[in-house]
Amino acid sequence: MAKVKPRVKLPKKAEKGEIVTIKTLISHPMESGQRKDKSGNVIPRQIINSFKCEFNGKPVFACDMDPAISANPYLEFTAKVEESGTFAFTWVDDDGSVYTTEEKITVE
Amino acid sequence: MTFNRREALAVAAGALAFAVTGARIAWAAAEDTKKALMDFTGGAEPQTGRITLDAPEIAENGNTVPVSVSVESPMTAEDYVESVTILAEGNPSPAVATFHFTAMSGEAAASTRMRLAKTQNVIAVAKMSDGSVFMDTKEVKVTIGGCGG
Repeated sequence: MAKVKPRVKLPKKAEKGEIVTIKTLISHPMESGQRKDKSGNVIPRQIINSFKCEFNGKPVFACDMDPAISANPYLEFTAKVEESGTFAFTWVDDDGSVYTTEEKITVE
Repeated sequence: MTFNRREALAVAAGALAFAVTGARIAWAAAEDTKKALMDFTGGAEPQTGRITLDAPEIAENGNTVPVSVSVESPMTAEDYVESVTILAEGNPSPAVATFHFTAMSGEAAASTRMRLAKTQNVIAVAKMSDGSVFMDTKEVKVTIGGCGG
């Protein structure tokens, strides 16, 4: 399978108590299990089934995904930041693979 | 106000057409969707309001339909939106995604992109921390379906 690459976009700096918007995108075919190949065999399902975002170890946002999510799943959500720290993002694949990335934010 | 026979018939026909369309919308939800909804709400009766589902009226490509939900809530540790689920009635399996929020989310709002097999109603249901349930529905017309192939 093509290399799975997570991408995250969020502001580098924020004011205390500010609500920041976080955008995430991960390259993944999200094979729904509904499609058939040329000889009529069903292509087995392989999707990213869950996502979570934590800030300094505390849960911020999570999402359970079903096959109806488009390829290269995109998620946009918000987080309220009270202190400087690190956002940790985790995606879980049907095959058990886990993709992670981190992003720091500074509160002034 | 008095009607003659012709007017009365026209009004009755209009009322009937309205009733039929209304009922059709209410009952279009497939069994699967109802079941998924029950599983999510735990039997609580969904109310309208507070939740807004945003999706295009016409989606040319059913493979990527942008969808966003937002729920009015103070989002404090005592009163927040626990989760929001999105269901697509006309898909082979109605579940699309379930968002889980915390007080640290700041706002109960999220967007993603989904697949829609055909023109259908999309439903968003929010579950609050006090157990109440809110629902919003939107019809999306799909030009080219996004499943199978």
